[in-house]
Amino acid sequence: MLEVSNLHAAVDGQEILKGLSLEVPAGEVHALMGPNGAGKSTLSYVLTGREGYDVTAGSAMLDGEDLLALAPDERAARGVFLSFQYPLEIPGVPALTFVRTALNAQRRARGEPELSAPEFLKLARGAAQALKIDFEMLKRPLNVGFSGGEKKRMEILQMAMLSPRFLILDETDSGLDIDALKIVAEGVNALRAPDRAMLIITHYQRLLDYVRPDRVHVLSAGRIVASGGPELAHELEREGYDKYARAA
Amino acid sequence: MSLAAAIRTRDAAALPSRREEDWRWTDLRGLIRAVPEPSAPVDPREVGQGAFDHLAETSFVVANGYEPARIEVAAGQAAIVSLRFLSRGEGAHAARAEVRLGEGARLRLLETYEGRGGYLAAASLAIGLARGAVLERIVLAGDDPEAVSVSQAEVTLAPAAEFGQVVAASGARRQRIETRVVHPGGDAKLRLDGVYLLDGKRHADLTTVVEHRGVDGITMQMTKGVVRDQARGVFQGRIVVAEGADRTDARMEHHALILGDRAEVDAKPELEIYADDVACSHGNSIGALDQEALFYARQRGIPEPDARALLTEAFIGEVVDRIRFESAREIVRQWAAERLRRG
Repeated sequence: MLEVSNLHAAVDGQEILKGLSLEVPAGEVHALMGPNGAGKSTLSYVLTGREGYDVTAGSAMLDGEDLLALAPDERAARGVFLSFQYPLEIPGVPALTFVRTALNAQRRARGEPELSAPEFLKLARGAAQALKIDFEMLKRPLNVGFSGGEKKRMEILQMAMLSPRFLILDETDSGLDIDALKIVAEGVNALRAPDRAMLIITHYQRLLDYVRPDRVHVLSAGRIVASGGPELAHELEREGYDKYARAA
Repeated sequence: MSLAAAIRTRDAAALPSRREEDWRWTDLRGLIRAVPEPSAPVDPREVGQGAFDHLAETSFVVANGYEPARIEVAAGQAAIVSLRFLSRGEGAHAARAEVRLGEGARLRLLETYEGRGGYLAAASLAIGLARGAVLERIVLAGDDPEAVSVSQAEVTLAPAAEFGQVVAASGARRQRIETRVVHPGGDAKLRLDGVYLLDGKRHADLTTVVEHRGVDGITMQMTKGVVRDQARGVFQGRIVVAEGADRTDARMEHHALILGDRAEVDAKPELEIYADDVACSHGNSIGALDQEALFYARQRGIPEPDARALLTEAFIGEVVDRIRFESAREIVRQWAAERLRRG
């Protein structure tokens, strides 16, 4: 599914990713852990095409297609979804309007027919119910005045409705209490599928107790410095990142 | 000096100039060398339909200054009226309208400025609300890009009256919509909103002056603008709270998006407070579209032009949503969407 090879990327002329290589096969959930400043969020922005994140070498392919050559919205239409660490507030745009605009834009880009209003509303009601989000909240401007936990739940709701193929969750567990964490984790687990893959970026292993990863990678100073099974997350929780910071 | 006087006397020296502080950014004296000939009458067959005519019970047309309109709503009555200021040709003309609401009367005034040509037009409105009267004034100002058009309204409120206004302006060579309100306090409520959407070389100036003269007055004001190309937006808002006008609650906001390197916005929010125990505030911001929000929308699959349109419409929507008359609100929303999407 995703193949990242020897990726170098810079922000404001400063190199943050220094030869990162990573493969996430279809059907698998990988966790990317690492200390602050290792380049975790940079990787999520490079994969989604944010301006100001300049790739200087290497490649990132999704099912053999060069992601880096595509505009952010084209990548989204190919099925790349990023759950933001800090979801944006969009004043004046009701959440439902925003998601319907996004979903229909993606469908148009893929040559699929747009969803009718009743079809869309049915989908939205189902997703809201599964994530225990009050449907009335979806009529309010997206994320405006929402709590941190509500914003994260709205990210998962959008993810469920847009039905992406490659999911990146950037610190989705931050700012969640334990109940919200469980709801979010259930939402994420419901999206696990043989034709989907996920990259969960997290500083702590807390979310990984609920969304069990197939592989865990340690990112330090712009490179993957260790990879292993789920037990690696526990080791990191016990021993911290010091050893890897030195290795980098 | 006033534009109407300059038109009447055909004296260009009488035009408002940048030497007057209030006209600093809309200098007509520097723009116009000679006041044009008086405008010819408009052929009634050319009048056509206005944007709001289908919503109105009564329609008034003031074409190239004729005839002055007088709109009266008797005490306790309600009305929906459209008032069209129509301009044709290259001449100069001054139009007048008077609007009077009796005690407890209600009026929805749907006002348009429509034109074709490089005319010089002045419109003066005298608006008076008796005790407890309610007026919602919706102004769609769509003059010709080559025209110079100035509308000046003097509004007088009695206690417990309610005056709400939204001006939607698309600019002209020079376009100014000015509203002056004498606010008696005494639980009278005033809402002065505005939107300007400018492209090309268009210029729009939204100027308001509110004078609070009594205790317990409320003024809520929100203006938003989007300018692109070489357009120029001007916002001047002044709220004066006279001595003794205690417990006045006045809030003014102006926010503008500049979507072109050569576009310009000039803003002057002013609060002059001579009373105690007042709650007055103003907020003003001028900037570009939020790049983070734009990326967020694109990450969700919305192509860049659509994402820009969505975010600018939402920006303007906050003002449009304040229009109470729903059918008129949708016309203004449509008007805004058409302008924002053609960029």
